[in-house]
Amino acid sequence: MFNQLLTLWSDSPALSLAIWLVILVVVLYLGRRHAHQLFRASGRAVHGAMRLWSRSIGQLESRLVARNRDVLLAMGRRSAEAAIERDFNRVHTIMERDLSRYPNLHRKIADAIEKIEADYQEASDAPPLPPAWSEVIETVSGLPGSSDPAVHKVLENIREVIEDAHKETLKLYQKSSRERHRILAGMQPQWRSLDQNLSQVKQTIDGLDERSKTIDEQMQEYAAIRAGEDKAVNSLTASSMTQFLIAGLVLAVALMGGLINFHLIAMPMSEMVGSNSYVGSMRISDVAALVIILLEVAMGVFLLESLRITHLFPIIGSMDDRMRRRMMIVSLTLLTILASIEASLAYMRDLLALDREALNQTLTGAAVVEAQFRWIPSIGQMVLGFILPFVLAFVAIPLESFIHSLRTVVGVMVVALLRGLRLVVRLVGGMANHLSKMLVHLYDMLIVVPLAIEQRVNRPRASERKADREDPPWDDSEDLEATKVVGVKP
Amino acid sequence: MKRTTKTTMNRYSGWLRRGVVLAALLSVLGVISACSDTQRTDNRAVYLLLDTSGTYTEELDKAQSLIAYLLGSLDSGDSMAVALIDGGSFTEKNIVAKVTFDDRPSVANGQKRAFKETLDEVLGGIERGAANTDITGGVIQGHDYLTETGAGQRYLFVFSDLEEDLQEGQIRDFPIDMSGVEVVALNVTKLRRDNIDPRDYAKRLEHWQGRVESGGGQWRVINDLERLGEMIQWR
Repeated sequence: MFNQLLTLWSDSPALSLAIWLVILVVVLYLGRRHAHQLFRASGRAVHGAMRLWSRSIGQLESRLVARNRDVLLAMGRRSAEAAIERDFNRVHTIMERDLSRYPNLHRKIADAIEKIEADYQEASDAPPLPPAWSEVIETVSGLPGSSDPAVHKVLENIREVIEDAHKETLKLYQKSSRERHRILAGMQPQWRSLDQNLSQVKQTIDGLDERSKTIDEQMQEYAAIRAGEDKAVNSLTASSMTQFLIAGLVLAVALMGGLINFHLIAMPMSEMVGSNSYVGSMRISDVAALVIILLEVAMGVFLLESLRITHLFPIIGSMDDRMRRRMMIVSLTLLTILASIEASLAYMRDLLALDREALNQTLTGAAVVEAQFRWIPSIGQMVLGFILPFVLAFVAIPLESFIHSLRTVVGVMVVALLRGLRLVVRLVGGMANHLSKMLVHLYDMLIVVPLAIEQRVNRPRASERKADREDPPWDDSEDLEATKVVGVKP
Repeated sequence: MKRTTKTTMNRYSGWLRRGVVLAALLSVLGVISACSDTQRTDNRAVYLLLDTSGTYTEELDKAQSLIAYLLGSLDSGDSMAVALIDGGSFTEKNIVAKVTFDDRPSVANGQKRAFKETLDEVLGGIERGAANTDITGGVIQGHDYLTETGAGQRYLFVFSDLEEDLQEGQIRDFPIDMSGVEVVALNVTKLRRDNIDPRDYAKRLEHWQGRVESGGGQWRVINDLERLGEMIQWR
């Protein structure tokens, strides 16, 4: 067919090809205007459509950004409200625990102060000072000696009596001083008690002060969230990303734990449900092992939900306390039962491995060797089988964080995707526009010969038309005259 | 009247909801039961043909290690049978032992022990070689057994020198159906006459290869039993 067409005009393919080319160029030349229109219209259409798409994607992106912002702020608001509520509860606890006892404490302090005051008063009552007996003694002693023995004796007696009275008074004074010192020493525990009570009050007040500062900060954050400030949104986004990463990491670790758990019970499970039945491409025993692990995780989730540690199921959190406690007991019991089953399966796995080993030895004709210290891995496997379910139960905490932060992360990722898509669409639109222009030029390149002829033919005609359109030529002499009159340099 | 209509509607909607839930449950159960398969298509079935003719009985020690290897590598749900090749192998009595291993690994281990004991007993009791060698009869019997098991992977191990020596009147010169079976010739020893003309040995192998492959089966030869584990590759 192609050969026939090639030799349609002449037996010589080259000549025929040349004729075909000439025909093609002529046809292209004749269809130039329409082809240009087609290229330009197509380019503009694609460009317009892409711009429309871009605008639609932009609007979608804006809506999504707004939605993400709303979701983030709502989550942040809830979180901040919970944190503030928690702090208020702590303040309430402090008030209830410490300051409810304040009247009692105040009474204790007042009693202590009263007692100290009384003791002080008692201690400050100065005992009677010894009278100025010394002067009397000196006066009596200074009396001139009388020859009269009776007088002398009387005076001597007076002196002795005065001396005795003085000694007695001094003794009383010393005793009183000792008593005062004893009272003052007795005040020491009261002072200590007072100091302790005041320290306690100070500690409570300091705690309240710190808590109030924290509440103030949180209230500021809350206010920023409520106002929808960009700073708050950025902070919440960063927090969500961090949570997502940390929760993802912990979940990956938990997944590895689950994998170990699965391998621990999958093989012995075939003793219970058989190993030759399949669901799809999975053995029933493997499915059963997986189901047990997932049930453990589910029980863990319910346990933590009923303890109100996680809030994945609001219905559990809103149950009344008695119901919640029952649920907690049931889930803990089931978890323990499942853990016990796992421990027994782990032990069975060890037994099966032993049996398999013994069989292989029998088959090869070797004597069966009793392995020593075999109980160590057996116990290890059993403990692992019992512990891992409880460890997996805690997966609910990172799971909750992961799910909550996933919304933000997915939202941010979709926005980024839309942004990229918008850029691509705009690029495609621009490229289509430029491509249409390039095609126009390329088309002209193909028919360059007839175009050149057309240009040559049209040039004289065009110059004539141009000349026709122009005004009659200026008379230069008139111009010069005019210039001279106004004094402008030519 | 309106109330009655409303109540009836509510009752119907309740029944409808229950019906939908029940249908959903039944469909889920149906899907699960359709997906669950008690016999998986990649289960293995092995039929081992042991040649007890002439001087080949001296090779039976190797056959025992082969059996030990096969027993060690088969799992629950797999099947295995051992048959002897003698004068007329196309009879049930030539099957010395056959077993399909239980789903439970511990029971399967017990079956393997019992299987091994039975074979040790039987093989230990063979003192004199059979007068004739009906390999074709054994192969047909093996194919039938392997087909009956319904296993996805079917292996027929022929532990023989592949020299067929039929009784008078036995007809074995016809195409055999070996579709879906991988025939593995093990320990194909060379005969005295092969030493004179080695082409006989090659012809024997080619003859059997042709029969198996024209019957739709696959053919392999493994002579180095020391490297059996590496050579036998389960599909």
